[in-house]
Amino acid sequence: MKMTGAQAVVTSLQKEGVEVIFGYPGGGVLPLYDALYDSPLYHILTRHEQGAAHAADGYARATGKVGVVIATSGPGATNLITGIATANMDSIPMVCITGQVGLSIIGKDSFQEADITGITTPITKHNYLVKNPADLPRIIREAFYIAQTGRPGPVVIDIPKDVFTSTIDYHYPDDIKLRGYKPIYEGKAQEIEDTVAVLRKVKKPLIFVGGGVISATATDLLGKLIDQYQIPLISSFMGLGTIPASHPCNLGMVGMHGTVAANRAVMDCDLLIGLGVRFDDRVTGLLSKFAPNAKIVHFDIDPAEVNKNVETKHRVIGHLKWSLQALLEKMAGQIPEETRAQWNVWLEQVQCCHRDNPLIFKKTDKVIKPQYVLQELDRQTKSNYIVVTDVGQHQMWTAQYYQFNRPRTLISSGGLGTMGFGLPAAIGVQMACPEESVLLITGDGSILMNCQEIATLVEHQLPVKVAIINNQALGMVRQWQRMFFHQRYSHSQFNNGGTDYVRLAEAFGATGLRATKMEEVPQIIAQALATDGPVFMDFQVCSEENVLPMVPAGASLDQMIEGAVD
Amino acid sequence: MRHTLAVLVENRPGVLVHISGLIARRAFNIESISAGHTEEPDMTRITIVVDGDERNIEQVVNQLSKLIDVIKIVDLTEEPSIERELALIKVKATPDTRSDIVDIVEIFRAKIVDINRETMVIELTGEERKIDALCQVLQDHGIVELVRTGKTALSRYPGSAKEDKEQ
Ligand SMILES: Cc1ncc(C[n+]2csc(CCOP(=O)(O)OP(=O)(O)O)c2C)c(N)n1
Repeated sequence: MKMTGAQAVVTSLQKEGVEVIFGYPGGGVLPLYDALYDSPLYHILTRHEQGAAHAADGYARATGKVGVVIATSGPGATNLITGIATANMDSIPMVCITGQVGLSIIGKDSFQEADITGITTPITKHNYLVKNPADLPRIIREAFYIAQTGRPGPVVIDIPKDVFTSTIDYHYPDDIKLRGYKPIYEGKAQEIEDTVAVLRKVKKPLIFVGGGVISATATDLLGKLIDQYQIPLISSFMGLGTIPASHPCNLGMVGMHGTVAANRAVMDCDLLIGLGVRFDDRVTGLLSKFAPNAKIVHFDIDPAEVNKNVETKHRVIGHLKWSLQALLEKMAGQIPEETRAQWNVWLEQVQCCHRDNPLIFKKTDKVIKPQYVLQELDRQTKSNYIVVTDVGQHQMWTAQYYQFNRPRTLISSGGLGTMGFGLPAAIGVQMACPEESVLLITGDGSILMNCQEIATLVEHQLPVKVAIINNQALGMVRQWQRMFFHQRYSHSQFNNGGTDYVRLAEAFGATGLRATKMEEVPQIIAQALATDGPVFMDFQVCSEENVLPMVPAGASLDQMIEGAVD
Repeated sequence: MRHTLAVLVENRPGVLVHISGLIARRAFNIESISAGHTEEPDMTRITIVVDGDERNIEQVVNQLSKLIDVIKIVDLTEEPSIERELALIKVKATPDTRSDIVDIVEIFRAKIVDINRETMVIELTGEERKIDALCQVLQDHGIVELVRTGKTALSRYPGSAKEDKEQ
């Protein structure tokens, strides 16, 4: 069938099952937008390309499907960069279509030309510059395949304007021929057997789960493993929600702002089984003192993750659905009774530590404590919303105080730590999951980084509830300055008398509410949850609070600063 | 320890950018890199010499393997192989010193490929150490310009790198 390149893109997107696209038009993609005009694809016009990228990312995180974003050449494409890097760090499947100047004027510093494949090479799983219009269907097919198989990630397709307008003989390939890309599913049985052999001998096993378990949809298998063998479990920030927070084996988050019990368990365990984790520095603290008494077994789909940060004795390479299933089968009947008994003693020990060291903060009715707002949000939303966050103290308090019980319910920029991610990502999440209730927890710094997207939220009447933990400061920066820079608060305070977030929301057509006293908090939350459409809650909290416990950067996990701020 | 890696890649635009970008970003310790056509028109072969301990080399191989355009990597350090490098050396050569240089060139089985009133250009193909040695000897005469291709290597096994060897 004959069609233009632009029509070929739209047709191929439909063949890939795409329903929603986020984007922003411009000269370089005008032919594509013309083809979108009479296509059934639902396009959301954000107010900034960065917003479109984060929205597509949020859509992908909530569903596991590929998020799709379109931007024009030059500045449109460069505005995607933070969004692409964010998705890449957290292994989120995304396809980004960028316009490019015409083939004959590439490399001539033409109007709105940017070398987007060059720029995005270090922050994508793969990228393409389409030079031959006939390649378009194959490239789109490959891009979707690469984005969502193996370890997922973003793929960029850069399409010159005249490739959109040229006519091709359209044929969408069934087969994919990529000699250099064969994602593994099933790994080596021997590696499972080695793991079981190790398990049989240890007394204090600890399971460490990360985002990989969620992206592999292996949470049920993990649940079986935990329930059957009662092995204590810790989670990276990205792994929250894999196992319900209330599960008796769950010690919560590990690392810089992890729980006392989780961090101590790492120091004490004699076997650490990492499942879909990267052993990021925010988790390990001082590498040489990480899990000092433990053998480490690393389960991952990406062989390059093994031995990257932490030296590993054993590895199991493969899809977690395969490896956890195989582990369950091979473990059956293989763990001696006395070993099980020792595991029980160990479980009781860590549970006891968890009970004795709960997260604490000093409650007062003089000011609104941010942790109190989080607790109250958790209570009133019955721990059952999809929670999107920005980056900073509020993000860590969310991880600590919101009880995540289902996978894909914490949507946050973990690896890159991108302020401004939250609002657009929440738009993507709500678009992907119209049946779910979505709560955005953000800071007064982060929300302003992409606040133009309130317009998008209102335009589509997405009923996202937004809690601004307003401490009139870049709280996390202030915390570091307070703790490590002698209270020299260099440029971390907003000295403008306070932006009026209620009126900001109202200016865009959303509802705005405010709480300035502690007793107003429950009622404001109740009112917000009962209000249709997008609602912004401005919680004016005290600005002197610290996220605790805290392992200072570069310290080992047993050097936690504990306690609570007055 | 130094490892010589044969990296087979798709002959596509951008593939060298992907490889050099990855090496730079991950701060791998690359000593030389050379690329060229192969027996298959759509495949390029890159020879990379990298220094590091076992864990570093494992990372280099695993990270490079993740690139979509990388078809296969063979560590030639682990098998008998032929390793060669080509050097072109422009050396000062006056009528007085010429015969001395010609002697050196003969001993090394190198070739004189160009000559003028002031200089000669010498070509030598061989193992790295041999080129190092020639350069050292020629130093006394004054090396004006030197260019080396970086190492390229081929396994002595009957098969080719692109085929999977039985293990
Ligand atoms: C785009 C970006 N710029 C800067 C930072 C560094 N940074 C990390 S947390 C933080 C403060 C965030 O302030 P706010 O959103 O108000 O959250 P709070 O910490 O006060 O809860 C900053 C500036 C970042 N993570 N992302």
